[in-house]
This record gives sequence, structure tokens and C-alpha cells, in this order.
Amino acid sequence: MQTAVRMILYFSDLLVPFLIFYIVAYGILSRRPVYDDFVRGARDGFQTVVQIMPTLIGLMVAVGVLRASGFLDFLSRILCRVTELVHFPPELVPLAIVRMFSSSAATGLALDIFKEYGTDSYLGQVASILMSCTETIFYTMSVYFMTARVKKTRHTLAGALLATAAGIAASIVLAGVM
Amino acid sequence: MLNYLWGAMLLIGVVYGALQGRLPEVTAAALDSAKEAVALCITMTGVMSLWVGLMEIAQQSGIIRQATRRIQPFVNFMFPGIPKGHKAREYISTNIIANIFGLGWAATPAGLKAMEALEELEEERRKSGGQQGLSRGRAGAAVPRGTASNEMCTFLIVNISSLQLIPVNVIAYRSQYGSVNPAAIVGPAIVATAVSTAAAVIYCKVKDRRRST
Repeated sequence: MQTAVRMILYFSDLLVPFLIFYIVAYGILSRRPVYDDFVRGARDGFQTVVQIMPTLIGLMVAVGVLRASGFLDFLSRILCRVTELVHFPPELVPLAIVRMFSSSAATGLALDIFKEYGTDSYLGQVASILMSCTETIFYTMSVYFMTARVKKTRHTLAGALLATAAGIAASIVLAGVM
Repeated sequence: MLNYLWGAMLLIGVVYGALQGRLPEVTAAALDSAKEAVALCITMTGVMSLWVGLMEIAQQSGIIRQATRRIQPFVNFMFPGIPKGHKAREYISTNIIANIFGLGWAATPAGLKAMEALEELEEERRKSGGQQGLSRGRAGAAVPRGTASNEMCTFLIVNISSLQLIPVNVIAYRSQYGSVNPAAIVGPAIVATAVSTAAAVIYCKVKDRRRST
């Protein structure tokens, strides 16, 4: 178990440099103007962030207000009675629920966890992994099914919830052994 | 949806803060959070520009196209009912690869195209009646209009199970909030993503099999 964890963490350190090397080397070998391509893409990335800035301001203010009012602490005190049964940290319940509805609102809550407990704390690790391995179920389903003009979604929701639950469970286990 | 959620968060915050006598803190939090969001975006701008820039190289040099071809066995396995050469296949592959590389802006249009193509496929099946349903084997007869086909359910469940390889946003957030090693979660995140996707694949396969018997 220990070696497996160490290997996963080692892999984390290597993956980003490896991808940078692979992509740039491949680009050069395919005789692409790599720097020009990079700058063009970087401009897109820049614009993406500028576009999400207003939503991030709105949601971080909302979460900040909830945290300062003491409501989030109140909520986790109520929830901890229920979540003790399944060994789920009560502080993360709002994040896990909101994640299914809105990616940006979940981001606001995850950042609040980072601020309150630290990014490298147990809660910070679970929040990081959870944000990485789950998607916005209801948003995705409504947009995609609207396109296909589908009203009866059959077993989609059950499957999506199951996959999300598996991801959340894995986040808890993995953060526990990190 | 978000209108209600956001509105409720602020209203509850103000009312609860007033009851607890913490309105000065609420005021400070509102102003600080707004400022912090901008600071976070500055960090994010760097990380996102780097990532999207690298992805542009990957796209222009054909890495993405090659990756799309490489996942064909997986697409065949998950969607045995889609005829070879049908455009739904191409859109699904593009969507999956874009999701794996965290190209959200490329994933969604391809995903929506895939849904349209799957709807057309189901329409063809409705017209041709039961015969083709038999030759398709496990997928059974066509579903009525307005109902999700098997392929649609599978596609969405796999999509929602999260496929992203590098959680670029989360790394940026972690570096902004003082993580010693912001990328340390990449490995665990890939394992967790694999777990959720495996759960999705098994669930879809069980559902498909049950329908065919």
C-alpha cells in the first residue's frame, strides 16, 4: 500500500513535465511553429479566465458571506450526526451536494475549504480530488438531453449518481493514505 | 438553478449573520472575497494560458487526432450498436478525448453533436422497425421518441463519470492557496477518476446486458 501511494505521488511529480516535453517535442518533430501555436492557445486560455472572473467573484462572495455568518459551521454541526455513520467529513457535505448542480458554486466551496483548513490538510486533499473526479451531473444532463429533445432519461441519473459516489468514496480513501 | 442557489446563499448568509450578531464580519467577508476572486483569477490566468497554449500545440501537431484514433477500441466496446463509420462515433471520440485533456470548450460542442447524431441513429432504427433491432443484438428494439436510447445513457454516464487527466483548475487553486506541492493530487485524482469511470462502465454494461435477455 505504502509503495503504491509513493508511486502515485511520484507519478504526480513527473506527469506535467513529461507532458510538456512530449507535446513540445512532438510539435517540433511535426515541424509546427510551436511558439506561435502556444501563444495563440495561451490567448484563448487568457480569455477563458477573464470570462469566468465575474462568476467566480459572485460565488466567492456568496460563500464568503455564508462562512462569515457562521452558517457553514452550523450546517456541518447538524450534518455530522448523519455523516458519522458513513465516515464522511461533514465539512465536505455541502461541497459534494453542490458539485452535482454547479461547477462554479462548488469551486467557491472548495476554495473556502482550502482557506479554512489548508490545501494540504486532509479536508483540502479530499476536496481537491473530489473536484477532479466528479462532474456537474444535473447541468450536463439537462444541456445534453435538451439537444436530443429527450425527456425520459431512463437509467442515466442512477448511473451518474453511482459513478459520482464511487469517485467521492475513492477521494476519501486516497486522501486518507496520502 | 444557479439564480436560486446564489440568491439563497446570500440571503441566508445575511439573515443568519444578523441573528448571530456577525454583520461586521459578513461585510468584511463580502469585500475580501471579491478581492480574493480577482487575485485567484490572476494565478488562474497564468496556469490556464500555459495549459491551453500547450494544448494548441498538441492539436496543431496532430496529437489530439491521433489520441482520438487510439480510443476506438474503447468506443467499440462501449457502443457496439453504433454502425461503423457513423458520425456519432466520431463525435463521441472527440468528446471523450477533449474531456481527457481538459478541453472543456471543445468537449461540449462535440458532445452536443454526438447527442444529435445518436438521436438520428435512433430515428433510423424506429423507421426500420424491429429487424435491425435484432441484428443489433444486445441493444434491443428502438425506443420511442423523447426517450433516451441506450447509447445516450451510456454516453452521458461515462461523460459525467469525469474523464479529465490533469485537473488544471484544481492545481491553480491549490497553488493560489499556498499548497507545498499543488500538483501532488494529480496521481490520486487520476486513480479516483479511473474508479468513477470504471463504476460507470460496469453499470452501463450490466444495464445493456439485462435489456438484451
